[in-house]
Amino acid sequence: MALNPKKHEMPTQAPDVRAHNFSEVALGYTAQIAVEEAKRCLNCRNRPCVAGCPVNVNIPDFIMKIKAGDFEGAYQVINETSSLPAVCGRVCPQETQCESKCSMGVKFEPVGIGRLERFVADWHNANVSEKTVPPAPNGHKVAIVGSGPSGLTCAGDLAKKGYSVSVFEALHTAGGVLVYGIPEFRLPKSIVAKEVETLQDLGVDVQTNVVIGKTLTVDELFEMGYEAVFIGSGAGLPNFMNIPGESLKGVYSANEFLTRSNLMRAYLDDPVTPIRKGGRVAVVGGGNVAMDAARTALRLGAEQVYIVYRRSMDELPARREEVEHAMEEGIDFRLLNNPVEILGFENPDDPRDPRNGFVTGMRCIRMELGEPDAKGRRRPVPIPGSEFTLDVDTVIMAIGTSPNPLIKDTTEGLAVNSHGGIIVNEDGLTSRENVYAGGDAVTGAATVISAMGAGKVAAKAIDEALRQR
Amino acid sequence: MYRILTKTVLNPTVTQMEIEAPLVANKAKPGQFIILRVDEAGERIPLTVAGVDKARGAVKIIFQIVGATTELLNAKNEGEFIQDFVGPLGMPTHLEGLRKVCIVGGGVGCAIAMPVAQALHEQGAEVTSIIGFRNRDLLILEDEFRACSDRLIVMTDDGSYARHGNVTVPLKELLEAGERFDLIITIGPLIMMKFVTLTAKPFSVPVTVSMNPIMIDGTGMCGGCRLTLVRDGRRITKFACVDGPDFNGYEVDFDEAMSRGRMYFDFERRAHEATCNLLKGGN
Repeated sequence: MALNPKKHEMPTQAPDVRAHNFSEVALGYTAQIAVEEAKRCLNCRNRPCVAGCPVNVNIPDFIMKIKAGDFEGAYQVINETSSLPAVCGRVCPQETQCESKCSMGVKFEPVGIGRLERFVADWHNANVSEKTVPPAPNGHKVAIVGSGPSGLTCAGDLAKKGYSVSVFEALHTAGGVLVYGIPEFRLPKSIVAKEVETLQDLGVDVQTNVVIGKTLTVDELFEMGYEAVFIGSGAGLPNFMNIPGESLKGVYSANEFLTRSNLMRAYLDDPVTPIRKGGRVAVVGGGNVAMDAARTALRLGAEQVYIVYRRSMDELPARREEVEHAMEEGIDFRLLNNPVEILGFENPDDPRDPRNGFVTGMRCIRMELGEPDAKGRRRPVPIPGSEFTLDVDTVIMAIGTSPNPLIKDTTEGLAVNSHGGIIVNEDGLTSRENVYAGGDAVTGAATVISAMGAGKVAAKAIDEALRQR
Repeated sequence: MYRILTKTVLNPTVTQMEIEAPLVANKAKPGQFIILRVDEAGERIPLTVAGVDKARGAVKIIFQIVGATTELLNAKNEGEFIQDFVGPLGMPTHLEGLRKVCIVGGGVGCAIAMPVAQALHEQGAEVTSIIGFRNRDLLILEDEFRACSDRLIVMTDDGSYARHGNVTVPLKELLEAGERFDLIITIGPLIMMKFVTLTAKPFSVPVTVSMNPIMIDGTGMCGGCRLTLVRDGRRITKFACVDGPDFNGYEVDFDEAMSRGRMYFDFERRAHEATCNLLKGGN
């Protein structure tokens, strides 16, 4: 039988439809497509895909189960190593990880591993209602700081081994960036809630409204009887460009804009938390967060949405799939452009004019790519005299974050690097005994799956350290 | 869920509640704040801690009914629950080493100023309190201030009670009379704090102001609470939730802060009206 050289297409909502709703863009494989796609896996001997996965899911094993029609069996294979399959199947950059290593990919398109993972997780959630039974407790207590991808993964792995695990979350809902950052149309909140529920069934205790570094300190967690602490507190403070006009009304950090829309549900027709809807929006930055902000603004009713990025398409750091989706939906990419000032309305005759202080435009300068920098990326250089004004009334800054100092400032002896990231060894161990860390709190803004990988590494190290007691 | 232990009406627009939140009560210091949500669909609002009772695990909040969320909160009664309550957030007010302090509170800001005055009184500092209200009906905490102040001056904008005029009037008189305060701590409407700072300026007395901008998470994540300090001619962005809420009054760009505070003015007014109608309909 001839092999299909191409991955089965992911069914999606049509761009002109999805640009006006918050329902999921990708609709997921049907069982029939999943089985057909699974048949493309060569089940090759050296399994390069497994090594390409930060949490080492036994990819060929679960794909063979799909091929045999045993979808629950496939779920159980993934569940051995991943605590968040429905999330990973949606937001992992598979094209640079497992799928980039796929043997099929040498000559043809790689197997659609991410799409298959998502299918399996969704199938399980829709068809299997029996709850996971928590294992017998092993008598050890571990505290996890933050309920984002690294914390949930660490919690899940330890709970499966019988640890009594408490997760402390600063916000009112568990999930971290999965609930405040990634929009509904890429990752429905019900999916995240379901994954958290699965962990709770395993015995994980999730305590919301606890800010470690404020409500409790890391040292107090040890006094409370926790034997190890994992810090997965995320990336923290949003960066601004430090250009004039960033305090005008209508300028948001991407964190604020997305948190208002996602966590606080400002995208609803009659929201309780306000957000600017409609108008003309410029999103500054070229990462996945910038794409999420731009596509959210569009769905909130913006008539025009720009991505303003200082380098060219080749350097754009967002996932290709997200960029393509954004373009299909009509996001206008203004590449090799850099903001120099945000302009605001000022009525000189009436200081009480309610329009005063709102954004009216953004001055930008055109850029060209110069010599490569130390990392080999060509440095963008402004073209003198090329300034122009982009006519916008909302500006969203999506240019990264800096680590949050709350925990560092209240945990004596916790070493951080010059960027404020917590320093860890290869096991995720910090400079403090029994304190581990991972995810964006260590690396600065990165991906969900790399944070999950870090949570997994730390869970293994915590298990090895505590088992000896 | 967090239980409402007590509810006291301080005046027609200001309510005091004690919320059961032992972890917060255990940690909160004067100047810090909490964030709450009334119900599952609610917005997050910051409120400054007005006192704690560690033994009962109680955190006191005093709020003015100004919008939809405070209206909903005020509709809750003793024994009922609110959905979320997190803190203490922000940095405590720096009180160490202060010996002679002037507290200037305005309106519901007096609720936040009161624990600061109490803490100073307890550490043996000489406390002068100037508290101002729009009128007699809005007066709160007079007895509490009297108990912890060496000198208390009450002002009303319309003269319906005590002295007639703004809080800056007696402040200026005291400064002109040669009173040497280590620090002036002012908490109230932005416009009042701006003018307290301007009043103190010729006398070179340090001024601490307590900022209360729009915020969401309260942990530094959203940046919505940012404000600008002007230091040595340079403009510096700070986040009120983690760097504040207290700042050096001479550095704060008040006009910008006032403008930012009105960002959602129309939305908030409509939401408040809708909530009022809803609550009326339910009665």
